Amino acid sequence: MTRRADILISGGLLLAMVLLALLAPYLLNGDPRALSPGSRLLAPSALHWFGTDQLGRDLFVRVLYGARISLFVGFSVAFLSSLLGTFVGMLSASDRRLDAIVMRVMDGVMSIPAILLAIALMAVTGGSVLNVIVAVTIVEIPRVARLIRSIVLSLREQPYVEAAIAAGTSRPMIVVRHLLPGIWAPLIVQATFVWATAMILEAALSFIGAGTPPTTPSWGNILADARSLWQIRPTLVFFPGAFLFMTLLAVNVLGDGLRDLLDPRQAPEGST
Amino acid sequence: MLGYTIRRLLMAVPVMGIVALIVFSLLYLTPGDPAMVLAGDQASPEQIEKIRAALGLDQPPHLRFVAWLWQMANGDLGTSIFSGEPVTHMIEQRLQPTFSLLALSVLLSIAVGVPFGVAAAARRGGWTDRALTWFTTLGFSLPAFIAGYALAFIFATTLKWLPVQGFVPLSEGVPAWLRNLILPAVTLSLVYAAIIGRVTRASMLDVLSEDYIRTARAKGVAPWRILFRHALQNAAVPVITVIGIGIATLIGSAVITENVFAIPGVGRLTVDAILHRDYPIIQGVVLMLSAAYVLVNIAVDLCYTLLDPRIRY
Repeated sequence: MTRRADILISGGLLLAMVLLALLAPYLLNGDPRALSPGSRLLAPSALHWFGTDQLGRDLFVRVLYGARISLFVGFSVAFLSSLLGTFVGMLSASDRRLDAIVMRVMDGVMSIPAILLAIALMAVTGGSVLNVIVAVTIVEIPRVARLIRSIVLSLREQPYVEAAIAAGTSRPMIVVRHLLPGIWAPLIVQATFVWATAMILEAALSFIGAGTPPTTPSWGNILADARSLWQIRPTLVFFPGAFLFMTLLAVNVLGDGLRDLLDPRQAPEGST
Repeated sequence: MLGYTIRRLLMAVPVMGIVALIVFSLLYLTPGDPAMVLAGDQASPEQIEKIRAALGLDQPPHLRFVAWLWQMANGDLGTSIFSGEPVTHMIEQRLQPTFSLLALSVLLSIAVGVPFGVAAAARRGGWTDRALTWFTTLGFSLPAFIAGYALAFIFATTLKWLPVQGFVPLSEGVPAWLRNLILPAVTLSLVYAAIIGRVTRASMLDVLSEDYIRTARAKGVAPWRILFRHALQNAAVPVITVIGIGIATLIGSAVITENVFAIPGVGRLTVDAILHRDYPIIQGVVLMLSAAYVLVNIAVDLCYTLLDPRIRY
């Protein structure tokens, strides 16, 4: 399979998932929170495509609504951490003394395993979708900042940038005209991987009760609800798990494809 | 070597200082009164007062930080708000399951990832190589807790080869201990082995194009000996590096996966702490596991000199 086919298939799958998520309220007439005590833990059927959970809620409806949370958190974190990470990385590359301080702080943040830092942040702020986005963004910023810093440091040595500096071009102009064009390709590639990591972290946080509030139908929460019941009704884990897996697979394959297309230097040695 | 070891340990002190500062200040960066944040919405004024006193909130922040740091440095991670027990003691009781799981996962990942990477590099573009690419992509896309359920469903519920959940201490014999840890360890190894395999492959490809490999081939050294003796030893530095860096992800996945397999380790402790809003425990766990991660990476740095005699400090 060629790289272009990879990008098209994974991009198409992702687009389909985004559309399903966006249109969920219009496609489905079920409420993801609607309880139905009479129809608990049903197996998949024509009426309930994915079956129902222990409170009689329709799993298909819940999983589609879960896609909204997961994709929204993933996209928001990828966007915000790219923006803030680029800012921090450029700031760090612009001044030697500042660089020493900023990079030590980034090293410190990165010495804390990602999920643990996110757990600690969630523990002090409390569960909400917004807090999950903030916590995971804070975790991801150093990873983007380091990448941007290293690119800017090497770009700055390029003759065309030196020429611009010698010609007296203003700093903001150098950043916009000469540095940003060199940054955006690796940044987009990095952003897709941040997107995937953010979706995993959101699901993991919700799964252990430190993410979105338990009433929110997110994939992590659906999995957490299934924790004591998966042996009786494995579909409760299978469907949200399969959706998360397919979405992550699409984002990762898209990221790999974009990397080879936009930024061949970053590609792993000899990948074809 | 001893001098370098000491210097490297000293370099870790500022990093751990920054980690401690981050963990400490989290509580004060959030809007509102930290005592009320910790106490939760349904707390009585007495509970809030108790937490305020426990945190020493009547003192200025920098003094509090120094006092807290001194306490941490002496191995006192504070007391649990919920149970009143010392956090250090609570973590100690949960260390064996978590470390058993981590150690077994590291060994398994290296045992699978390194030969897989070597085989993929030996026949570049061959089926092993393609299998590694697929394995890596799948590994990165399958969160450990979902893989855990899938494996438990296949090997425990359906085939009944292994126990579904639980942990048996090492003192009750290695076979029982191992039986309970196989599924969680395989779960954690999926991503980690994939990372190790990918880096081993890339590093081996670099080394295999060197002249001395061609010389070894020309003089008729057995192919497996070239791969594992001549090439792997020289390809080892990036592999060891990624093993060290990957420990962070492994620790994080272990905290989550313990909850799938009902393993009474640090991960379970963390989840209970979240449930009870017991911040001192979360703080203690974050500090301890971050310190473990930093120490592992110092050990990795020290390994370089053993592997590559050209590296001297």
